[in-house]
Amino acid sequence: MSSESTGAHAEHGEHEGMTRKKIWVVFGVLLLITVIEFIFALYLVPKEYVPAHWANPVYIVLTLVKAFFIVAYFMHLKFEKVGLALAIIVPILFIIGLILVLTNESHYWVDLRPKL
Amino acid sequence: MSAQVSPIDEVKSTPWSGGKSPFDVEYGKMMMWFFLLSDAFTFSSLLISYGALRFSSASWPAPDLVFQSVPLTSIEHGAPLVFVGLMTFILIMSSVTMVLAVEAGHRMAKKEVLWWMLATIIGGFTFLGCQALEWTHLHHEGFWWGSIPNVEELKHLFKGGKEATYGTYAQQFANLFFTITGFHGFHVFSGVVINIIITINVLVGTYAKRGSYLMVEKVGLYWHFVDLVWVFVFTFFYLV
Repeated sequence: MSSESTGAHAEHGEHEGMTRKKIWVVFGVLLLITVIEFIFALYLVPKEYVPAHWANPVYIVLTLVKAFFIVAYFMHLKFEKVGLALAIIVPILFIIGLILVLTNESHYWVDLRPKL
Repeated sequence: MSAQVSPIDEVKSTPWSGGKSPFDVEYGKMMMWFFLLSDAFTFSSLLISYGALRFSSASWPAPDLVFQSVPLTSIEHGAPLVFVGLMTFILIMSSVTMVLAVEAGHRMAKKEVLWWMLATIIGGFTFLGCQALEWTHLHHEGFWWGSIPNVEELKHLFKGGKEATYGTYAQQFANLFFTITGFHGFHVFSGVVINIIITINVLVGTYAKRGSYLMVEKVGLYWHFVDLVWVFVFTFFYLV
């Protein structure tokens, strides 16, 4: 949500932003990130260049970066009014809340599982 | 600004000073955004439940052992993530053709919108076909809602953990996998149907007459969202 999106849109429904060139650049970024994920999953982790417990945070961060590019550029949210962007993004904080609650809860479930 | 107008009488034109929508976006498009927000909560609940169950499990089927075949070829083993990589590529690609359709719509280029929409629909159907193959493959292995392969076969799908725990966790995996990818696949299917309807409207010139291809933008939002959800499903089922 950059400050540029607060600038006056002269006409309703008209947007600056996505030219065909930019679209392909974003596609390239998404493809590149996916390729990096595959390099981790198929090469770096199996050959033990990278410990397995490092890989998961990497996957999650790369996924969030991909999500940012899709929402900001393909879904055009970066070029909308800041108010609209906030109205969509702030409620996502509830999801973080649910993640924290259930991660904590699942720690407790471990003790409830039958010991085999 | 003339000197006679006192500050209190000045007409304000900031977004929140009234008289127009502060979001400066058409009603239907705003509602599409709020629908997608609610849909994001639904998918989050499913994926977080999956995460919590997996996190509390003593063992779990290893993705690179479960998903290592390429349907329609003779490759049954040793190609982990290849097929799902293809599916991911197809869906991202169809997102690109969708955004190209939106871009063509801004230029009122009816023919281009039509071709890009058709490409998007083909991408959607291809993805659904791949998903059908993936499901069929797992079903043949014995996975389904409430059913799993026998213990001997399960041994090949786990890395470590006690054998006595395999059945329970393989079943949880199967239920969650079919529920979540099924719910996503249903979204893709709805998206394809909506895209077809919009494409017919483009073809008969509804939006050219209306003077705006805003409807293409709205279904575009939905289609990108479906792609977005797949990015997360892909990460949490196939990579992590």
